[in-house]
Amino acid sequence: MSIGHLLIIAVASILVNNFVLSRFLGLCPYIGVSKQLDSAIGMGMAVIFVMTMASLSTWAIYTYLLAPATSIWKIDLTYLRTISFILVIASLVQLVEMVLQKTVPTLYRALGIYLPLITTNCAVLGVTVLNIDKRFGLVESLVQGFTAGVGFTLALILMAGIREKLDLADIPKPLRGIPIAFIVAGIMSIAFLGFSGLVTE
Amino acid sequence: MSAGKVFVKGIYQENPIFRLALGLCPFLAVTSSTENGLGMGLAATFVLVGSNFIISLVRKLIPQRIRIPCFIVVIATFVSLVEMVMQACSPGLYKNLGIFVPLIVVNCIILGRAEAFASRNGVGLSLLDGLGMGVGFTLALVIIGVIRELLGSGKIFGHIILGSGYNPALLFILPPGAFLTIGLLMGLFNYVEERAKR
Repeated sequence: MSIGHLLIIAVASILVNNFVLSRFLGLCPYIGVSKQLDSAIGMGMAVIFVMTMASLSTWAIYTYLLAPATSIWKIDLTYLRTISFILVIASLVQLVEMVLQKTVPTLYRALGIYLPLITTNCAVLGVTVLNIDKRFGLVESLVQGFTAGVGFTLALILMAGIREKLDLADIPKPLRGIPIAFIVAGIMSIAFLGFSGLVTE
Repeated sequence: MSAGKVFVKGIYQENPIFRLALGLCPFLAVTSSTENGLGMGLAATFVLVGSNFIISLVRKLIPQRIRIPCFIVVIATFVSLVEMVMQACSPGLYKNLGIFVPLIVVNCIILGRAEAFASRNGVGLSLLDGLGMGVGFTLALVIIGVIRELLGSGKIFGHIILGSGYNPALLFILPPGAFLTIGLLMGLFNYVEERAKR
């Protein structure tokens, strides 16, 4: 496994297959939390953190407990993937919340409500399932988890910047709020299509 | 609330997509063709009805504080069921929907109905509520699937509708088309609503 290979994974998940704009993962927070720049940054940081941790722990669980070839009891438990991953993510979010509260209270306060909300962010479960589907190893999973979070944050921050300006614009009444946010996302997505030839997975 | 009302409200009044803006990720991702949209809609409906049924059955046994993890376990069980059945019966559809099959777990409509309805109402009403919401979701998926497939490739359910004279707007089956279509559709809904009020 070379650095170049990891770099390709990184570029692919930040730009080419951006989680929000081309994979449609994590749309609820993308539309919901992109009204202000500050909260977008907070949400983005929390997601990067949880995605990286979730990639690490679900990789370990899948490899050592579920996959028939490598698990410690050599039984095929792969059908438990969905149920075990969602439980891991939910408890991970709780754990992260408690640890941050004790050790880095400033960061904890900055993330606020966004931390618990991450459990229902489908981008987190999405990245862990993708890691398994692509048969990634530990390092690859970590890189993909981290960069997918970066891609999510990039799209979220760009959107928040645009929406702060949109508040001042004269938009036809039926389109105000969520509809115009989707149209903006569509235009951003066209821009990201420009990256599509960059790397082929 | 009467049984009929419980069923109908998910289809129009509280349509999960156009009204509540819930469950958007699978909604946009799988609607590049009508067939995928319909498949996702039926899978989600099954999970909704099943989880609503079980949760309303055991609602008095679940302690208030850990109800969310309990709901998630019930939902995840039904999703795993759907995954296995789909893999066995229609592998093509399973492959097209990809990671969005396991992701039904985090579809906010399902957890939302468990929390808002099934945990407070009896078995019969919860079944109807799940069914109504599922039908509303499926309907929305099919509507947007038809629009995107028709504009993007000139077909519906794989049958050519707009003849060879039509030059397909590929954009509509690509990701941007999904965002633009839903944005404009929601705008249209708002516009119609406003006109109706006046």
